Amino acid sequence: MELYELTLHELQDKLQKKETSSEEITRSVFSRINQVEDKVKSFITVIDKETVLKKARESDESGKFTGVTGIPYGLKDLFCTRGVLTTCASNMLANYIPTHSSTAVSKLEEQKGIMVGKLNMDEFAMGSSTETSAFFPTRNPWDLDRMPGGSSGGSAAAVRADEVIFSLGSDTGGSIRQPASFCGVVGLKPTYGRVSRSGVVAFASSLDQVGVFSKDVEDCAIVLKTISGYDPLDSTSVNIEVPDYTTYLDGDIKGMKIGYPREYFEQGVTEDIKQAVFKALKKFEELGAIVEEVSLPHSEYALPAYYLIAPAEASTNMAKFDGVRFGYRNISADNVIDMFCNSRSDSFGDEVKRRIMLGTYALSSGYYDAYYLKALKVRRLIANDFDKVFKDFDIIISPTTPNTAFKIGQQDDPLALYMNDILTVPVNMAGLPGMSIPCGFSNGLPIGMQLIGKPFAEGSILKAAYAFEQNTDYHKVKPDLGVK
Amino acid sequence: MALTIQEVEHVALLARLKLDDDEKELFAAQLSSILDYANRLNELSTEDVEPLVHILPIYNVFREDEVQPGTPREEILSNAPLLEDNQYKVPKII
Repeated sequence: MELYELTLHELQDKLQKKETSSEEITRSVFSRINQVEDKVKSFITVIDKETVLKKARESDESGKFTGVTGIPYGLKDLFCTRGVLTTCASNMLANYIPTHSSTAVSKLEEQKGIMVGKLNMDEFAMGSSTETSAFFPTRNPWDLDRMPGGSSGGSAAAVRADEVIFSLGSDTGGSIRQPASFCGVVGLKPTYGRVSRSGVVAFASSLDQVGVFSKDVEDCAIVLKTISGYDPLDSTSVNIEVPDYTTYLDGDIKGMKIGYPREYFEQGVTEDIKQAVFKALKKFEELGAIVEEVSLPHSEYALPAYYLIAPAEASTNMAKFDGVRFGYRNISADNVIDMFCNSRSDSFGDEVKRRIMLGTYALSSGYYDAYYLKALKVRRLIANDFDKVFKDFDIIISPTTPNTAFKIGQQDDPLALYMNDILTVPVNMAGLPGMSIPCGFSNGLPIGMQLIGKPFAEGSILKAAYAFEQNTDYHKVKPDLGVK
Repeated sequence: MALTIQEVEHVALLARLKLDDDEKELFAAQLSSILDYANRLNELSTEDVEPLVHILPIYNVFREDEVQPGTPREEILSNAPLLEDNQYKVPKII
């Protein structure tokens, strides 16, 4: 067993017992990156090895190991990292070196976690496949002809390929849970407000949340605790105490009330995926949970509402990319309007332009009420559906995605690709915590199960996920990347 | 509903994007089909529904107006594509 194959908590255990060092772990992770990165293409930037090893030695010398200390990790390339290229997978930011780090990253650094690189994504997080990256597509470690999902595709693929021990991503409509499902790893999007988004390049600010990719549920709980908490730099972060999420991992779910929404087993969900999730629900029953069908009647309207709200917010967030203070500038224009237009058009990809156009239209004079305001009203109905179910149930379980990973280059109809998010988007609309964990395979590709909790009840979904994981082996199966 | 090329041009200017003729046609078609899909929302009656603008029950967030250390000017300017005399340089505005 190589060190890179182990989980965060296994490695932390070894570090505390002095059976290994952060330097050894980091060397192991770099040797793995050398082995498989040409195939998987998870990274936009890998930090210089000697620089990273120096940090690893510093964490070894500190002699105090807790949480993520000494553990190599990767970041979706929209987390600002002081002095380290942060591209958002866009030609607009191909040379952007932030002067500050995201709060979530600073928290990992305070514990002396070891950042090894920045991971590929859909351009500005707009996409569901990591194919809209301006640089290259990332490959799914289970089948290199397939995409890893998105937008945090590099973060999911890197964890599954053992190139990092854990990673951070962001989730606006499913961008953590969907790639976690497609790559067969654990992915958690916390409650809106749980983790600071300061220093994370924004897509749709009323929906964006920072979260975790990990190899198992315990690792997820450890990283979530590290990055959570109130931050004066993010006015939407909430000042609620951060529990030690590992205390929820006792495997005892007797009497837990689990609802499964009937609408989430329609909407084009494949037979294999339905069967896998129903089998998982049986397992929860065996473990003592009470499992019942519930209804979230407005589910089918979440996606059309999302594809108005998210682009509308994106169109305003993207206005800051004007070619003046940072980013790409087309220098040929002789007036300011042309400079803005040329700089943006030269450097944004099609999907980004499409969403800016859609959002600008939805917010424009004469259409605001019909589209944006209407979508906000429907958003209320969707949130109310969840409130109602959570009066009687502790958590909700569904498939994460209607299908398994697609082949790269298979989808050119944007609307068809948007359908991928149909089961994850409602959770963002209601601001709830959601996670995806592996629960089966279909033709050799992983299937993900989505667990949804009440606001700030990450503990209860982690508890259920842990109980399931302790009684199944799906999380232990790894893809064969043809090297050992 | 179908978006006309003129509407696409108008929105592109509002969005500060320059589109070529192929892009205008492509976006006219694609945006039309996405908006058709969005029109499904009209199946729902939302007359008495309060729009959900913010998911959390937090409103204004204030802080004391105190001087805090900021990022040095040179660092901030280091990402600018075009500078002159330590200032952002842009084409003539007035």
